[in-house]
Amino acid sequence: MEDNRPFENNRGPADHSHIKGWGIDADPKNDPTYPIKKRTNDEHKGYTWERPTQQPINIEVHHSIERPNVTAVFGTAVPPSGLSGMIRRMAFKKSENDYGHWLPLILADRVNVVEGIIEDIVGGKVPNIFAEKGYIADWKHNKTGLFTRIAVVAGITAAIVMLARNNRD
Amino acid sequence: MLAMDYRGPKRVRIENKPMPEILHPEDAIVRVTRSCICGSDLHLYNGNVPDTRVGTTFGHEFTGEVVEIGSEVTKLKIGDNVLVPFNIACGRCAFCKQELYGNCHEANPQATAAGGIFGYSHTTGGYHGGQAEYVRVPYANVGPTIIPEGMDLDDAVMLTDVVPTGYQAAEMGGIQKGDTVMVFGAGPVGIMAAKCSWLFGAGRVIIIDKIEYRLEFARNYAQCEAYNYEEIGDIAVFAKKTTDSLGADVCIDAVGAEATGNLMQSITGRKLLLQAGSATALHWAINCVKKGGIVSIVGVYGPTDNLVPIGNVLNKGITIRANQASVKRLLPRLMEHVQNGILDPKALITHRIPLEEVAEGYRMFANKLDECIKPVLIPPSAKF
Repeated sequence: MEDNRPFENNRGPADHSHIKGWGIDADPKNDPTYPIKKRTNDEHKGYTWERPTQQPINIEVHHSIERPNVTAVFGTAVPPSGLSGMIRRMAFKKSENDYGHWLPLILADRVNVVEGIIEDIVGGKVPNIFAEKGYIADWKHNKTGLFTRIAVVAGITAAIVMLARNNRD
Repeated sequence: MLAMDYRGPKRVRIENKPMPEILHPEDAIVRVTRSCICGSDLHLYNGNVPDTRVGTTFGHEFTGEVVEIGSEVTKLKIGDNVLVPFNIACGRCAFCKQELYGNCHEANPQATAAGGIFGYSHTTGGYHGGQAEYVRVPYANVGPTIIPEGMDLDDAVMLTDVVPTGYQAAEMGGIQKGDTVMVFGAGPVGIMAAKCSWLFGAGRVIIIDKIEYRLEFARNYAQCEAYNYEEIGDIAVFAKKTTDSLGADVCIDAVGAEATGNLMQSITGRKLLLQAGSATALHWAINCVKKGGIVSIVGVYGPTDNLVPIGNVLNKGITIRANQASVKRLLPRLMEHVQNGILDPKALITHRIPLEEVAEGYRMFANKLDECIKPVLIPPSAKF
């Protein structure tokens, strides 16, 4: 539907009393210098604050080369390993300013997905892709979409099989 | 313990994982009672955030009970029920002293641009998140906040991210009384931004999306105008026509990287990953705001680059304000608003899902099935 209305001078109604809390946080001094509202000149002293206790670094932790150290705390989820870990190590030799940092990380993520599947299979677990993708939600709430998707996949598969057979003949 | 486990783009499952441990004297271990799936979790779920490792547990919006504390934790005790801001913040670096708790410099070794966030890839620190039965909470003297007596857990969990992010979106808009505010995105944060815009004295609040049930919800909940961008023609022309031909005073991008509405942005940003997500909402915000206006960004983008009309930012003299919400700074005021009935965040929750069904929850939220607005995961060990 195209909007064919003329240009309006519509600033809304003057009375907003029906809206609970209208204007209670209005702040005429909220100027664009926000968010640095409380300058103390501490910010000019640079990286000199008294640092918190350092969390023991007993796993491999990458840190940005734009900082001199590992932060006082850090997450320990999934330390780098395997081929994806090697790629991540390489990525952290470049700064956050460099595509050579981010693009290898994206590649490592994709490699890591394959590693995850191999790890599952080696561990005796066949990944239940249907369940992991949450298709049960489609079964409950979007049957049409689910069946359409199945039909499209089946159609494409059948077409590929037929083409392959024809080529063989 | 049970925890959500990322296996690759659009693949998650529930796993038995080791219990988290105290690794730092200021750590606490929290038994999770509520944990939301956030719209920004979908960037991870879709595989769009670099350094999202297989085996990571997501979840940065959660409440819980403190079950263990480190030797230097003085502000919490075992048994406290807390809401945990999504920012991990030390409370003493130059940025925390400015109350920029979303920009702490002592919580994320992997990147200097981003602070530490629970369960949000190694680009924000490599922490496991709260979509689990238990979670490690660093700097427990700073972030976790005791839930006031009588506050509903569903309200409390919404105070960890959705409410402060929506509120800060409006605050960063520098809204002055009578201003027209356009909010892009009628997800939970966009709806909350629309609602909070009134608190700063907006004269008109307009929300833009394409999902009808969400627009309808926004109309009722946030008492704002709501329009489907697929039905209004060119969005910039619409913005000019519906204001005073000049554009909105303030535009808020509450969508971020998963935006639809522009094929080129969707293909290059979401499918080919040639951009740090699809910047459609930001593009529209820049082109819909008036000259000299303010664009406030709370939609999350990746760390690389995006295609936006930066020339128009210059030519129009637009001020752009953006940040991760500083939850701790905003909590006292927002708790007051919830307790006084000004804000009713739990009304946004449409689905309460057992943690064991996390894969269904993600798919439902990602594909907007069953009129989902905000899903909350409830672990089996949650007592209430």
